[in-house]
Amino acid sequence: MMPIAWVIPCLLLLSAAGIVTARSAFGRVLVYGGCLLICTALGIGGFTALTAANQHLQLPVGLPWIGSNLRLDALAGFFLILIGLGGGGASLFALGYARHEEHPQRVLPFYPAFLAGMILVVLADDAFTFLFAWELMSLSSWALVMAHHREEANARAGYVYLIMATFSGLTLLLAFGLLAGDLGNYGFDSIRNNPPTADVAGVVMLVALVGAGSKAGLVPLHVWLPLAHPAAPSHVSALMSGVMTKVAVYGFIRIVFDLVGPTQWWAGTVVLAVGGITAVIGVLQALMERDLKRLLAYSTVENIGIVFIGLGLSLAFRANNLGAGAALALTAALFHALNHTTFKSLLFFGAGAVLHATGQRNMETLGGLIHRMKVTPFVFLIGCIAISGLPPLNGFASEWLTFQAVLLRPEFPQWGLKLIIPVDGALLALAAALASCCFVRAYGICFLGRPRSDAAAQARETDPWSLAAMILFATLCLLTGIIPGAVIDTLAPVARDLTGARMPVQLGDAWQTIVPIAASRSSYNGLLVFAFIVISILITVVTIHRLSAHGVRRAPPWDCGFPDPTPLSQYSAASFEQPIRRVFGTVLFRSKEIVDMPAPGDNRPAGIVRTIRDPVWDGIYRPLAATIGWIAGKSDLLAYLTIRSYLSFVFAALVVLLIALTIWQ
Amino acid sequence: MIYPLLAQLVQMTVILTLSPLLIGLVRKVKSRLQRRRGSSLIQPYRDLRRLLGKEAVVAENASWLFRIAPYFVFASTWVAAALIPTFSANLMFSWSGDLIAITALLGSARFALALAGMDVGTSFGGLGSSREMMIASLAEPAMLMIVFSVALIAGSTELSTIAGYMLNGQVGLRVSLAMALAALLIVAVAENGRIPVDNPATHLELTMVHEAMVLEYSGRHLAMIELAASLQLMLYLSMVACIFLPIGMAGNANEPLRDAVGFFAWLAKMAAGGMALGVAETIVAKMRVFRVPNFLGAALMLGLLGVLLLFVSRGM
Repeated sequence: MMPIAWVIPCLLLLSAAGIVTARSAFGRVLVYGGCLLICTALGIGGFTALTAANQHLQLPVGLPWIGSNLRLDALAGFFLILIGLGGGGASLFALGYARHEEHPQRVLPFYPAFLAGMILVVLADDAFTFLFAWELMSLSSWALVMAHHREEANARAGYVYLIMATFSGLTLLLAFGLLAGDLGNYGFDSIRNNPPTADVAGVVMLVALVGAGSKAGLVPLHVWLPLAHPAAPSHVSALMSGVMTKVAVYGFIRIVFDLVGPTQWWAGTVVLAVGGITAVIGVLQALMERDLKRLLAYSTVENIGIVFIGLGLSLAFRANNLGAGAALALTAALFHALNHTTFKSLLFFGAGAVLHATGQRNMETLGGLIHRMKVTPFVFLIGCIAISGLPPLNGFASEWLTFQAVLLRPEFPQWGLKLIIPVDGALLALAAALASCCFVRAYGICFLGRPRSDAAAQARETDPWSLAAMILFATLCLLTGIIPGAVIDTLAPVARDLTGARMPVQLGDAWQTIVPIAASRSSYNGLLVFAFIVISILITVVTIHRLSAHGVRRAPPWDCGFPDPTPLSQYSAASFEQPIRRVFGTVLFRSKEIVDMPAPGDNRPAGIVRTIRDPVWDGIYRPLAATIGWIAGKSDLLAYLTIRSYLSFVFAALVVLLIALTIWQ
Repeated sequence: MIYPLLAQLVQMTVILTLSPLLIGLVRKVKSRLQRRRGSSLIQPYRDLRRLLGKEAVVAENASWLFRIAPYFVFASTWVAAALIPTFSANLMFSWSGDLIAITALLGSARFALALAGMDVGTSFGGLGSSREMMIASLAEPAMLMIVFSVALIAGSTELSTIAGYMLNGQVGLRVSLAMALAALLIVAVAENGRIPVDNPATHLELTMVHEAMVLEYSGRHLAMIELAASLQLMLYLSMVACIFLPIGMAGNANEPLRDAVGFFAWLAKMAAGGMALGVAETIVAKMRVFRVPNFLGAALMLGLLGVLLLFVSRGM
């Protein structure tokens, strides 16, 4: 029996209620309030499932001979906590934010269904239920992306998303087909009992990496993500970036760590390579982006890369029978996934608040919001510090754990691992440093400085519900940052199930220190670091105010004595990124700056044009689309032939078939 | 219990109080090399007192972030400095943050300062922040690679343990360590905004990075930032000394005599480091901003090469 499974019918009922009551305020409160309650219950249920025995449930729906199986184990429990947290926060935010929604009937019915889809993916215990839930999740989120379908960019985003989601579903279908083998065992239990051969396991790992990775946003399958995530309403963006990508990570972990069983060492190498590249490309593209929500979506790509670096390390350790290392790396990856849910949701909520206050997503029209909004700039700053991986917040704790996993350096017999692990360490370090650059830019351009448009100059603080959700997540960022041991201990059953080992017990060490391997090797104490910073700030402030002159005088900015009349002379997002663009972008993105200087006597204004090419679109998708278009164009001729030609085609096909059959026989 | 606590408190106070002296020394060496008499060694202390005595002039449209940032910058730098063993490896709170955490704490300080540079909305502030973050985006991974090399050799990321390990003298000469040292010197120059990456003495618009960021600060706020900058220089010099030249440093035992010896050894090392920096700054010219990435890229590659060597062979 599984009481938690009741949340799915409840959510579907809410979906139905959403259709009926969409146009009234009551509908909004009912749907989002209901989702908030259900997600709270889900989080609690997931938490208790971590330590409880596995629960099973068989439903009489689904394929006739296997029904529909659900299973709640520690891994599923952890991801239910994640969905509960992200979904609950998004619902709380939406209670206030969705008031400004112009077409609530396009959002309300799909929102609970989207949540239900994600929960069902996590609970599914056979391939059919899993794929059904996966597609439910994809389709309902597609509907949410298309909520504002009149905007041209959104229609394109929806189209690309639909193609990539179909692709991901197909590859997963292939993965399960391979796992089921000749016997056609689609139940996860029977797959576990009949593990595939080593070769099949390798292929399944690759296919699952493609299928789950395209949902999670691994480069080069990430192209839909920065289009689709920002197109949805902000609370849905938060849900897609913060939670749905994690459900994709769950899919990968479930297939590769649980169902496939032991993998060969090169599996780790592939995942590490993809993860490292994803992290760096994601953050570089975020750095070049001027749309605030799209910047956050690219940064999701980066963070998924970091999660997959942890997973790849774990696979590498597991293939060499190093249980403790595998547990450490897996814990780091899952911890980072949880952290990403908290700070990315927070940042998307902040972007939503900015969007509501100014109507702008383009950073070049924002600025100075710190003077006009009271709470949002503060909590958004906390999110920025956390996502940049700076102590004492949570992003640092999980990145630190990943670094510790890199530094384990056991005697790997394989050269591939000896070379890829240090390179991944460097890529992770580079991504972390670029992320802090990216978020200095995002925060500095949007919230600091002087307003760059009238809309930004007249911004107002957002509503209390939204603020409550943001404050909740900011608090979580701080709490998991200063007491990371609690999260690590919570993850212990998950690591034990999947790697056969666990990290040492953390809670109970003096002052909540975390010790990944041994105290002589490394330890970190977020609580003390936080306390030290606070204490030394207090000491300094008190001392300085006692010693120094008291006056503070407001005066016009100094700026080296240059009068600076217009806010347009400030550094813009494009100028801030320029050094990075020149350092990293000239080769990778073929970025160019063309200065258009009119000849003397010519009255037209001078201009500068910057161009950036996306290597993934240019290298893969545009040629692919062009090829498909070319084939389609050529085969179009077939539609306009005479009946005689068609008959001769049929005859020729028959002859070829018969010849083939004869040879084959 | 009492002795380690005392050692911790003394070290974090000493590194703070002596850091302006180091700046004074570097300036003195530079001016003597240029055949100037130069300002007194304790001029930086006078500057701090002067800044504290002045009222703080804050731009009209500066926000709360602008006024909090100097204290935060100073506090995080100080916490990072408190985790660096100076004259003794005996640091009570060494376990609360390792080298990675120290690097990241300096990153937090830089994050706050770069934001403060953008707060007033002047072109110079943005220029400084943008360049500083570009430099940091290469210097920080290079620093982490150095940390990796050292940690892989010593088997720990904790600085006290590393210092103890290096102190034992069983390390010997290693290629990876030499690469890490070269990379660390480059990173230290870049992170402290010294020539050839940045020039702390200039206020010429196009060449400044750090100074452009803090252009709007005055009075006590500027004092905090200046103090944090000198503390950071001391921190990096102490880090180099502690990892690569631990001669004379006291070990983990509570022995006052060894500590006294270690203190003078540390003073000598800091003086030597300050003089070397002064000489180096005199003979090298400042680089164009867009040559800095090549310079730092070299550090990053050296660090990565060192780590790769250590993954491939333990004896390198």
